[in-house]
Amino acid sequence: MTAVEPRATVEITVDGVAVEARPGEMLIAACERSGTYIPRFCYHPRMSPVGMCRMCLVEVDTGRGFGLQPSCMVPVSEGMKVSTDSDAAKKAQDGVLEFLLINHPLDCPVCDKGGECPLQDQTMAYGPGETRFVEEKRHFPKPIAISETVFLDRERCILCDRCTRFADEVAGDALIHFMGRGNHTEVNTFTDEPFASYFSGNTVQICPVGALTAAPYRFKARPWDLTETLSTAWVDSLGSRVAVQASRNRVLRVLGADADAVNWGWLSDKERFGFEALNSAERLSAPMIRDAVDGDSREFRQAGWGEALEAVADALRATSPERVAVLGGARLANEAQYMWAKLAKGVVGTDNVDAQLGDGLDPHLVLGLPRATIDDACRPGATVLLVGPDPKEELPTLYLRLRHAIVNDGVKLVEVTPHATGLSHLAAHSLRPSPGTTARLVAELVDAATGPVPPGGPSEIEAAARSLREAGDGVVVVLGRMSLAEPADIADAAARELSRLPSARFLPALRRGNLMGALEAGLAPGLVPGRTQLEDAGEGAPLVESWPRLPDSLGLDATSVLRAAARGDIDVLVLLGADPLNDFVDRDLAYRGLRGAACVVAVDLFVNDSASLAARAVLAAAGPTECDGTFTNVEGRVSIMSRKVTPPGTARADWMIAADLCERLEPGSTRGLDSPQAIRAELAQISRAHAPITEDALTQNPMEGVLLASPSGATGEAGGWRRSGRPTMGRSPVDRTEPATGPAGREDPLEELPEDGFLLVATRTMYDDGVMLRHCGSSRGLAPAATARINPADTDRIDIDVGTAVRVVSDFGHIEATLATDAGVPAGSLRVDWLAPGAPANALIAAATDVTVVSVEAR
Amino acid sequence: MTLSPANEALAAEIIGWFPRPRSALIPLLHLAQAQDGYLTDEAMRRVGELVGATPAEVKGTAGFYEMFRFEPVGTYLVNVCTNISCLLWGGEELLEHACESLDVEVGGTTDDGMFTVEEAECIAACTEAPCLQVNYRYRGRVTPADFDQLIEDLRAGRTGIAGHGVLAQVRQSIPAERLAGVFPPEQAREAPVWLARNGADG
Repeated sequence: MTAVEPRATVEITVDGVAVEARPGEMLIAACERSGTYIPRFCYHPRMSPVGMCRMCLVEVDTGRGFGLQPSCMVPVSEGMKVSTDSDAAKKAQDGVLEFLLINHPLDCPVCDKGGECPLQDQTMAYGPGETRFVEEKRHFPKPIAISETVFLDRERCILCDRCTRFADEVAGDALIHFMGRGNHTEVNTFTDEPFASYFSGNTVQICPVGALTAAPYRFKARPWDLTETLSTAWVDSLGSRVAVQASRNRVLRVLGADADAVNWGWLSDKERFGFEALNSAERLSAPMIRDAVDGDSREFRQAGWGEALEAVADALRATSPERVAVLGGARLANEAQYMWAKLAKGVVGTDNVDAQLGDGLDPHLVLGLPRATIDDACRPGATVLLVGPDPKEELPTLYLRLRHAIVNDGVKLVEVTPHATGLSHLAAHSLRPSPGTTARLVAELVDAATGPVPPGGPSEIEAAARSLREAGDGVVVVLGRMSLAEPADIADAAARELSRLPSARFLPALRRGNLMGALEAGLAPGLVPGRTQLEDAGEGAPLVESWPRLPDSLGLDATSVLRAAARGDIDVLVLLGADPLNDFVDRDLAYRGLRGAACVVAVDLFVNDSASLAARAVLAAAGPTECDGTFTNVEGRVSIMSRKVTPPGTARADWMIAADLCERLEPGSTRGLDSPQAIRAELAQISRAHAPITEDALTQNPMEGVLLASPSGATGEAGGWRRSGRPTMGRSPVDRTEPATGPAGREDPLEELPEDGFLLVATRTMYDDGVMLRHCGSSRGLAPAATARINPADTDRIDIDVGTAVRVVSDFGHIEATLATDAGVPAGSLRVDWLAPGAPANALIAAATDVTVVSVEAR
Repeated sequence: MTLSPANEALAAEIIGWFPRPRSALIPLLHLAQAQDGYLTDEAMRRVGELVGATPAEVKGTAGFYEMFRFEPVGTYLVNVCTNISCLLWGGEELLEHACESLDVEVGGTTDDGMFTVEEAECIAACTEAPCLQVNYRYRGRVTPADFDQLIEDLRAGRTGIAGHGVLAQVRQSIPAERLAGVFPPEQAREAPVWLARNGADG
C-alpha cells in the first residue's frame, strides 16, 4: 500500500486496552496491528472489504452501547470501544462458523488445504465442537477444472468473495463470478469459458478453504511436511518476492510474499508455476559433451566435470581474447554474473560480452538514466508514460501495481505502444505509432509537452502532452522495446527525447529475469561491474587488484558477435542460459553465428534449441531455488534468492563453473571466492554502486531488499549519459552529445508500404515456446497458437478471409499463422507473437533493417 | 441467438438512458429474454460486450434473478401455486391435473414447446386460491375445467398473453407516465417520463 502519512492517530479501546489506530483504517486491521487477531475469511488487506463472511463480528460501542459489527467493514473512530472476546462476540463467531460448516464437506483428510486451512484453524479456535445439522449437505461434482491449472471444488466453497474479488478488482479479469442465489450460489465461470487469467494462481493462494487448488500442487504434500524459504521470482525482471516451499528435496509450491515495494503478495502464473520446469525429468544433471555437431559423433555424451571444464579451458587457451564471446546471463544470480564477468573480462580478457540478445535496450542507457521505483510510478497522482511493450504480457506484477494505481490512486497513464495493451482501457491517452515512427512521435510529444506554448490542440498527441505538462516533474517513464521487429536504436532515440522531460525518471521494462543485475555486473560490451565504463576501469584500484587483466579494446554486442561468428571470427562462443535461435531478433543470423563459431559452449538447465544445434559442450547449471545468490530487479532492488533444494545430479551453480574456469586459466584469480557471500563482498568492494549490498543490509529488510542508488545520483550527471564511441546494439554508434533537435530523419514507412504490405510488429506474450515453459507440465499448453493480427480496416487490402491459415512472408523468411483482426493493431501493421509454437517471429526479421515489411499469403 | 438488428438498435438506445453502460445490464437481459424466451449464451456474451462486462459477470448477475432463464422454456410458462391457501383450495390437485392433461412432469415442457408447468410458492393471490400464472399473468380460482379452457384459449391465441420473456409487456396497468421499462419497443423512443420528472423535482 502506498504510504500516506497519517494526519494524526485515532485512539480506540480494544478489550479494555487503549490502542492507537490510523484514521480511516478498518477496525480489523487496527486490532491486528495492536496484537489482537480477529478471525476472518473474506477480509484481505490488499482488497476492498466486503463483509461477506461475518466471521469478524465483534462488539463495537461508538457511544450508543455495544452492538455486533463486522470489524472488516467498520473504520476506526475516536473513542471507539471494541470487545473482541465478549460472550456476544464469541457466540456470534461460533454461530457463523456453525452456519459456514453446514454445507462444508468435512473431507479435510483428503483436502490439500488441510493443515493450513483458515476454516479448519478457526473452527478449532472459535467454532462449535460439533454440528447440529443432520440434513443432507448440498452437492456439486467434485473438482471441476476452471482453467488449465486451477481446480474448483464448489462444495468446499464458503462464498467469501476473495477469488472473485481478486479477479475483478486486482487482475481485471472478471472471468469467475457468483452464479445463482441463496443456497444455490456457487462460484463459476461462464459456460465453457475457462478462467484464463494470467493471475489465476493468486486465487488459489488466497482461498481460505480448499475450494481452489492448483494442478502443480494437488495431492503432492501436506503443509507440515513443507519447509519454506523467502526468495525472489526469476522469470521476469520485476523480482517479485516469493516463498519457495519444498519437501523431500523437491520444490512443490511457490507462493507470493507480500513485499510492499514490489509485488504485494501477488504473482503471475508464470512466476508461480514456473518452478515446474526445475523439476523436469529433462533437466541436465551432468555436463554433456560431443566431439562434433554433425556427422556420426553428434550425439551428446555425459562427461565428468573435470573433462568438460578442461575441454572448455583448452578451447579458451587455444585462442585469443577477441575471438571469445559470451552471450546471455540474465538467468544468473548477481554473484554468478559477477564471476562470469570476471572470467570473461578479467581473466580471458574479452569484452565481447552481452547479456541481451538484441532484444533489449542499450546497457549504457539503462545504467545512465535516472531510475524510478515501482512505488514512484504508483504514487497517488503520478503520471506514468509507458513507451514500450504490454506490461500485462511482459511484466505482469508491474501491470497489477499500475492497474491498482490507475484505478484507485488517480495515476494517469499515457501509453505509446505498438498495439493495444492490457492497460489501454484504463489509459488517459493511447498513442499507437506505426513501426519506425516511434522516435518521431515521442519527439513530437516531448516537444509539445516542454515547448514554450502549452499544447492546446485537439490531437491525441497534444492532449497527451498536456497530461505530461500538468504532471510537472512527476513523470515516470516505463521504457522498453516497442516491438522486436524494430531495432533498439529506435528505443534509444525515444529515450533520448524522453530525457528532455523535466525530472523524468525511468523504469526500464527489461524483460529477462535478472537482466538489471547482469548490466550492473558488467555483462555488456564496454562495461565493467558497477556502471563503470571499460575505459575508466583503470582508475578504480580495487578492480585492478582483483582482476588479472582487462580487455584491451571495446567488444562486440550480441548482433556483432553473431556476425563475427558467422564470418568465422569467433572461436569460443559461450551461451550463458541463452537461446539465440529463439530469442535473438534475427533467426537466420543466429543460425549462421552458431554454426560459424568454432566451439559453442552452453551453460544451461536444458539442452535448448541453440545448444542442440551447435554446442560442443553443455555445462549443467543449478537453477534458481538450487543455489544462493541475489537478484537485482528493474528498480535496482537487490533481494535474496535462496537455495532450497540441491541441484539434480552434479549440476553446479553458475558461479562455481566460472570460478573453476578462472582457476584453470589463471590460478589464484579466485582466491577466497568460495561462496556467494564472498563474491558479494568482492563486488561491493570494487563497485561503488554495489557498496550498499552488505550482509547486514540484506538481512535487515529481507522482504524489500536493498535499493541501489539511482544512476544520476551515482555519477552526478543529471538525467543524461556520457558520450562513448562504442557500438550500440550492433548498429552505428548513436552520437549522444548531439542535441536532440527533432525526430530521427526517417521517412514514414507507412507511405512507402506496398499495396498488400504490412509493417511487422512482434511483441512477446506471457506464454510462449521458450525452453523453460516447454518443460512446465501444467502451463505447457498455454502458449497461444500463431496468429497474424491486422486492423479490421486492412482486411480490404488483402483478398484473404479472416480466420484462415496464412503464411506471413518477409524478405528473410516466413511463418505460418491464422489471420485475425484486432482493432488494437494500428492500420498498416501486422502483429505476431514473438515465439508462438512453430512460428518464431525472428524468422521474419533481419537485424539490419529498420522496419520489416511483410505480406500475407493464403496457404 | 445473439441480438437481432432491431434489438441491437434498441439496446444502443437503452444504454444511452443510463449514466453508465453497465446500468443497462438488466434491461438488456430482459430484451434478450424477450427475443429468445430465455437467455442464450450468445445473447449474454453480446450484452456483456455492449455494457462492458465479462460474460461471467453477466451470467452471475442474471443468475441472481429467478425470472431469468438459462434453459429453453415453453412459450407459456405456467406456475401453479401450491402454497397454503391454494393447497387448501385444491392447488395440488390443479397441478396434478395440469401435468396429466399436458402430459409433462413438474418442471417439464410439452413436446410441442408450448407449455412449461412449474410448481410455485405463494404468488400473493391467496384470496383467489387456487391460482396460477401464465407468463406471470394471474388466473384465480382455477378449476380443472377452467384450466383446460385456458390451455385451449392459449393454443388458439385468444388470451392476448405474449410468449415467455416479455415480463415488461405484461405490466400494462402501469400508467404510461410511470413507465420505467423499455417496452413496448415502438413507444420506447425517449427516456422514461419519470426520469425527466425526477430531474425537475431536483
